[in-house]
Amino acid sequence: MLPVTTILFYIFSAILLGAATLVVTARNPVYATLYLVLVFFNAAALFILLGAEFLGLILILVYVGAVMVLFLFVVMMLDINLARLKEGFLSYLPLGLAIAILGVLELAAVFWTSPLGHVPAPAAIPANADNTRVLGVLLYTQYLYPFEIAAVILLVAIIAAIALTLRRRAGTKTQNIGAQMAVRAKDRMHLVDLREPKS
Amino acid sequence: MHDFQNMAWWAILWSLIKIVIVVVPLLLGVAYLTLAERKVIGYMQVRLGPNRVGFKGSLQPIADAIKLMFKEVIIPTNANRFLFLAAPVLAFVPALLVWAAIPFGPGVAISNMNAGLLYVLAIAGLGVYGIIVAGWASNSKYAFLGAMRAAAQLVAYEIAMGFALVGVLMLAQTLNLAKIVEAQAGGGFWSWYWLPLFPFFLVYFISGVAETNRAPFDVAEGESEIVAGFHVEYSGMAFALFFLAEYANMIFVSLLTTVLFLGGWYAPINTPLLTWIPGIVWLLLKTAFLLYVFLWIRATFPRYRYDQIMRLGWKVFIPVTIAWIVIIGVALETPLRAILR
Repeated sequence: MLPVTTILFYIFSAILLGAATLVVTARNPVYATLYLVLVFFNAAALFILLGAEFLGLILILVYVGAVMVLFLFVVMMLDINLARLKEGFLSYLPLGLAIAILGVLELAAVFWTSPLGHVPAPAAIPANADNTRVLGVLLYTQYLYPFEIAAVILLVAIIAAIALTLRRRAGTKTQNIGAQMAVRAKDRMHLVDLREPKS
Repeated sequence: MHDFQNMAWWAILWSLIKIVIVVVPLLLGVAYLTLAERKVIGYMQVRLGPNRVGFKGSLQPIADAIKLMFKEVIIPTNANRFLFLAAPVLAFVPALLVWAAIPFGPGVAISNMNAGLLYVLAIAGLGVYGIIVAGWASNSKYAFLGAMRAAAQLVAYEIAMGFALVGVLMLAQTLNLAKIVEAQAGGGFWSWYWLPLFPFFLVYFISGVAETNRAPFDVAEGESEIVAGFHVEYSGMAFALFFLAEYANMIFVSLLTTVLFLGGWYAPINTPLLTWIPGIVWLLLKTAFLLYVFLWIRATFPRYRYDQIMRLGWKVFIPVTIAWIVIIGVALETPLRAILR
């Protein structure tokens, strides 16, 4: 009988591959997005099976919790013509297959030639191993510069994205919150005495 | 090997037992939170609240549950049938999943995982799928508007929420929720994290109100503008699941705020009389207090306008949390470190 973790590995992998296929073949783009969520979920489960709970949870937090929500947001807003999408499917198929085969070959080449493929089975993970801490220590000591460079690239991307969407239009009415908060009753209401002056 | 296999199955069975021990009181808590809400808001508005079913209305939640169970679930024309029925489940399941990591006492949790804080943050963000999918599958403009609002609001407030938790991490030096509570032991009330992390405490709790779509941040429902938002088209048990998810999330946010900022199961003053009271009682008392604050806020504040919500999330909470992270980071490098840790 197989160990429980092996059974779980096959279950998660099977669901992952099935859902990944459905992402491409689903007729409805909203379904495709939801299948992609399922793919991320199962990938996270595989990470956690490996004992890499930090990577698994970050995958859910970032991709499922934020990125895919925005994807879904956009896909739902679009009025997508399903028939035209289906037409394109076959014409793009050869290109897609070529890229997929290339990817598989490259991965295979890496595994056969580099020491990556011959890593001995990892030592048994000590109980209560805190891989978040280990990862943090590595990132902020040994890999500090690559990590910081990645951070700066992301920052540039953020600023670029904001700069692309930011435009000032003349004539729009915006609130000045500071001025609103500073308003007092006497600025808005002026009491006028309408009684006839006594002579 | 055979022994190991037996142990694995026994561990699964034991986990199931623990899940039942947590989920059954949780659902009862949800039922009576609805009653508490109606009573508390009733008294705040000088009304009596429900008082007909059972002693002073004490059986009202049961009556409501029975009513909802026997109502027909109506599926709108041209709605996406599968997603329409899946959406309430998508909302409800994450609301239960988060409870796996919550520590109820020293060493008492369904799973005392190392990355508990991360797990909780990751799973709590999933509830929004239920809302978005419900809004889209209903084939209704009001529902769709509610879903769009919910998505934008969630993304805005989750960032502030995450930053607030970074502060807790910096002081506790661990992602394990039970250890975070233990790091707050010592001086009672004054050694809990609400004091050094006061801005985070406020930001986290307010973001929690926003994430659970409660008043004054309930624009996803907004009954006065978009009827009932994402769940206009739902009835019967399908509606009840959304309702259960919202209240379970309220209890969860209150409990997590207690764990992170209010010293979890520790007594507020370190005297023998108070420390003799079991920790779970303190934990539940603090949670109940925060739940009361949830209801109090609802009875007090009018609903925020949509752009005001966005402004509060992006332009107020995120800068405040980033600034306080820097302050805490600097303070930890000074002699203050001894007091903060």
